Amino acid sequence: MTLAVTFSSLTDVDFWVSVLVLAGIYAIVAVGLQLNTGFTGIVNFGMAAFMAIGAYTMAILIIKAGFSFWLSLPCAMAASMLFGVLVGLPSLRLRADYFAIATIAMAEVVRLIAQNARGLTGGNQGLFCDINNPSNCYTNTWNDLSDSINNFISNFWADPPSLLPLLIVIWVTLGIATFVLMRLQRAPWGRVLRAIREDEDAAQALGKNTLRFKLQSLAIAALLGSIAGFFLALDLRTVHPLDFEPLVTFFAFSVLILGGLGSYPGVAVGSVLFWFVLEGTRFIDLPDPPFTETRIAAVRLAITGLLLIGLMAFRPQGLFGKRQEMVLGE
Amino acid sequence: MCTTPRVVDRLLVMEAGQATESVPAANGERLKEELSRRPWLGAIGVIVLIFVALVAGHGLHDVAQTGINGLSLGAIYALGAVGLTLVYGILRLVNFAHGDFLTFGAYMAYLVNVTWGLPLVVAVFWAMITTAVLGLLFERVLWGPMRAKHAGFLQLILMSLGLAFVLRAVFTWFWSTEVRVLDVNVTSTVEFLGLRIGQTQLVVVIVGVAVLVAVGLMLRLTLLGKRMRALSDDLELAETAGIDTRRVINYTWIFAGALAGLAGVLAASITDLYPELGFELLLPIFAAVILGGIGDAFGALAAGLLIGVMTEWSTLVIDARWKTGVGFVVLVLALIIRPQGIFGKAKAI
Repeated sequence: MTLAVTFSSLTDVDFWVSVLVLAGIYAIVAVGLQLNTGFTGIVNFGMAAFMAIGAYTMAILIIKAGFSFWLSLPCAMAASMLFGVLVGLPSLRLRADYFAIATIAMAEVVRLIAQNARGLTGGNQGLFCDINNPSNCYTNTWNDLSDSINNFISNFWADPPSLLPLLIVIWVTLGIATFVLMRLQRAPWGRVLRAIREDEDAAQALGKNTLRFKLQSLAIAALLGSIAGFFLALDLRTVHPLDFEPLVTFFAFSVLILGGLGSYPGVAVGSVLFWFVLEGTRFIDLPDPPFTETRIAAVRLAITGLLLIGLMAFRPQGLFGKRQEMVLGE
Repeated sequence: MCTTPRVVDRLLVMEAGQATESVPAANGERLKEELSRRPWLGAIGVIVLIFVALVAGHGLHDVAQTGINGLSLGAIYALGAVGLTLVYGILRLVNFAHGDFLTFGAYMAYLVNVTWGLPLVVAVFWAMITTAVLGLLFERVLWGPMRAKHAGFLQLILMSLGLAFVLRAVFTWFWSTEVRVLDVNVTSTVEFLGLRIGQTQLVVVIVGVAVLVAVGLMLRLTLLGKRMRALSDDLELAETAGIDTRRVINYTWIFAGALAGLAGVLAASITDLYPELGFELLLPIFAAVILGGIGDAFGALAAGLLIGVMTEWSTLVIDARWKTGVGFVVLVLALIIRPQGIFGKAKAI
């Protein structure tokens, strides 16, 4: 049995761009989780639902209701935030563990609806571009924009990767989100969130309406989730219930923990590292048998699991987190 | 989050609670008072109403037929929920790997029953023993040391999630994602009072309900059962009362593991076996844990059966593809209306 390492894909720019696109999308999700879990102390296990609502609302509004791409985006963001507030109102009053279970249940309800409301969501087929009717497709406006960006880039770089414009837009969005949230964190608003995380009763005793602050934190996470949902839909070119399984939220949590609780820039680094490790398994040319396609997928899942266990046991603050920001739970 | 009151304070609070219970209620408020003291009366009332409405709309035969399906599903939920709620109550561990314990039990039964060709009874016992050992193993390697480190709630929940991933990866490695079935008779049915019941399903209902009754009696009557409930109610208080908590914790894992293993085999024998089986059962099981009140083993038993029956009854009213949503709806309603569970008292939630 020989383990051969192929380096051909190491120099494959298209491959690296696609990995960085994925890393950027998950970093946006994890930045939202950082705000919730790292800075507000609410364990949100429902990010996949916000992504699903963002992606589905955008695609449905364009395909079924004839909205323009640019109008569908704010509508989908608003839908996701509204949903976040509706979910948060009853469940944010509860203890952190109840909230975690409530949000994952809520995310599964959303996925169940996506799977079964066939008329609206396409059910298990998902939403995708109809080849017979190419004018009615949610990716059209983006494709045109993407082409013009690549046209411009081709002045400097002949034949740029097709995903490069998406990569740029995703990482610029991530940069803006990180910057804004870091500023907010230093503002009085951010200090109240941290006070809630450390001791909610004390924050309440100081006259802060803690439920309102927690709702705002959740709504911002919902907004970021919906944006990540758009990017995922543009990257995959379909919107499908399987892309919004609870596993998506848990992968984002792995990214968050790897980067470290309490550090916004850490999230981006954590995401790049996480996806390089996971996708890096493709470089090792494993012999089949015993390494079948499903077994390699299993190995990737095991790596994620061992990473979570190892980090929690030996370095719960992650790579860039701070110990003093780890005041979670009892 | 909140500071723990000292043991003495808590004893005082308990006495005070008993004292207030004997205060007579005003005449008009009697029903309300009664309901808040015994909320499960309200729950029974709601179930009876639903039952009557369903019988009126669809006839007794259909309601009974779906009710049997519901009992077999509910027995699986209840068996999973008892262990999960005790672990949750005693160790403050929200164990996201519990569903994969069910899957582990099911694959262990598959190994004995299909790969080695031995009878299913042997497979059931093997599944229960190995899953119990698995529970004990993780207590030794993971949860015990993490408690010694005073790990927080988030650390434990994410660790259990990581463990769930690793277990699922192991199942996928050895048994792939292929859908498998245990060597059980799925075709022959039994006619009973005009109902057609699958032979395997009947066995699942009988075994499930019998084990649940045995578990209930064990928790109620044996010293170990009392100790488990005492730990689940208040670990520090139990320790102060001289209970060897470490021993009870070990027994709890054995207990939770064995019941999860059994639930997994039962689930695999009425449906199929695949690596995600347990994770898909986990959320309805969590719903049973919360509806029953966290740490309350009897509550989990009742709520598990209830959610199973409700899930199957729902197919009379709505399309069957929506039925997995029933558990989630029950969970959300429970969290909004009564987060302490149908039997629980309002504590810090």
